[in-house]
Amino acid sequence: MPILQIEGLSHSYGDRHVLRNLSLAIAAGESVALLGPNGSGKSTLLRLVAGLLTPTAGHVALVGGAAAAGRPEVGIVFQESRLLPWRTVLRNVTLPLELAGESLPSARATAEAALKRVGAGGLLDRNPAEISGGERGRVALARALVRQPSLLLLDEPFAALDAITRARLDDELPELVAGAATLLVTHDVAEALLVADRVLMLSADGAIHLEVPGLRSVPSAERRAALLSPDGAARQMRLYAALDSVSHA
Amino acid sequence: MRRLSQLTPVAVAALLLAVWEFGVRAAAVPQFILPAPSVIAVRFAEAWADGTMLRHLVPTVTEVTVGGLLGGALGLLIGVTLGLSGSARRVVSPYLVAAQSTPILALGPVLVLWLGPGLAAKVAVCALITLFPVAISTLVAIRDVDPGTLELMRSLGASRWQSLRYARLPAARSGILAGERVAATLAVVGAIVGEWLGGTAGLGVLLNLARGSLFDTPLLFADLLQIAIVGVSAYGLVLVIERVSSKKIA
Repeated sequence: MPILQIEGLSHSYGDRHVLRNLSLAIAAGESVALLGPNGSGKSTLLRLVAGLLTPTAGHVALVGGAAAAGRPEVGIVFQESRLLPWRTVLRNVTLPLELAGESLPSARATAEAALKRVGAGGLLDRNPAEISGGERGRVALARALVRQPSLLLLDEPFAALDAITRARLDDELPELVAGAATLLVTHDVAEALLVADRVLMLSADGAIHLEVPGLRSVPSAERRAALLSPDGAARQMRLYAALDSVSHA
Repeated sequence: MRRLSQLTPVAVAALLLAVWEFGVRAAAVPQFILPAPSVIAVRFAEAWADGTMLRHLVPTVTEVTVGGLLGGALGLLIGVTLGLSGSARRVVSPYLVAAQSTPILALGPVLVLWLGPGLAAKVAVCALITLFPVAISTLVAIRDVDPGTLELMRSLGASRWQSLRYARLPAARSGILAGERVAATLAVVGAIVGEWLGGTAGLGVLLNLARGSLFDTPLLFADLLQIAIVGVSAYGLVLVIERVSSKKIA
């Protein structure tokens, strides 16, 4: 049974259509990356799944019910880390648990474990302004994972990072998400192939134009090499060609 | 370098006082026009020693404290409510701006007429004069919280109250406290003007007594010094609250 089932989803902002009749299913633990030109509705799709927007047509079903804002089964990482500057790193990660009514000592223990898992265990008492962009990305990921969601939505989470930090996080991401299904929005073809089981290319009007298998199932030590192998290069070329074609359609 | 920057205001004050002292003496300015700082200091000490200053200070501090707290709290409540509700803002904002543009001090005689010459009228002037800057700065700070932060709170399932408590109020803190800082000094103005409108004690009353029946210009200046101390203390208190609240929300 899929963890996320999207059927006939359309959305428009006034007269501007950004998604048109999109259907998609994601299985438990599966990772799907979405590529597409600007304005094709990638970020809108994530917000519809997170329940932050209501679709114009179609519906989104998650395990356990319809999409609604704040469901603990769904974690989201936005393009900017959106850490609250008046809270320490640890208290940023305890926030989702505090909002759910969990006691602070118990929330602290869970948040510490989440921060350790994403490699940010040494930052607990630091302020967001004192840490690097890559570290902020890790903390935002820990915050999204702290309620142990079964679906993680990632809206270009590493777009603002330098190339080396981004490459490191791309390499680590499949292991960091700890079994959660992921839906990643990105503009980066290599990133999409590295972290996803399936890469979907959206057309300019927000329909699925192409699907290419990703490299997530390849062991992490060999993933970069697989990306540069003849097969990996061919997948990249198909996606670049499709991106070029939908961008100029 | 830091020590130098800390010393500079003290050095400037010392220089100004020295120029004042020697200027007044050299030009033989009559004491009833402009007394020398040393004369004011002696009169200030005498007024404290004979109990005059304390007798007039207590009512003023009471008015500033009660009126300032009341106006600050009401302003905060109004600002938060209007900051959260667009429809309430559209209905009430024009009246708030109109009230802000009306000199509250001009309402003093009406307030004395309604509430009598006692504490209530002066507290009301203080409360009204502090309410508007706090309400407007709070409204703007609460309304203009980063939409991304609010979207994050929604994605985490925060209720409206939780969004206010965990995101809007901490994010708006510096804007709210900027209004409170302005209000702290205005509360002193409100108390003094309120006392001019009627009453038997207070630093505003002492100003009138020193200028009028006593014709004691050094006492007038000693009173002005005391009013300035009250204003600076009220401002300092808001700064302390700022520090404490910044530790609390961290």
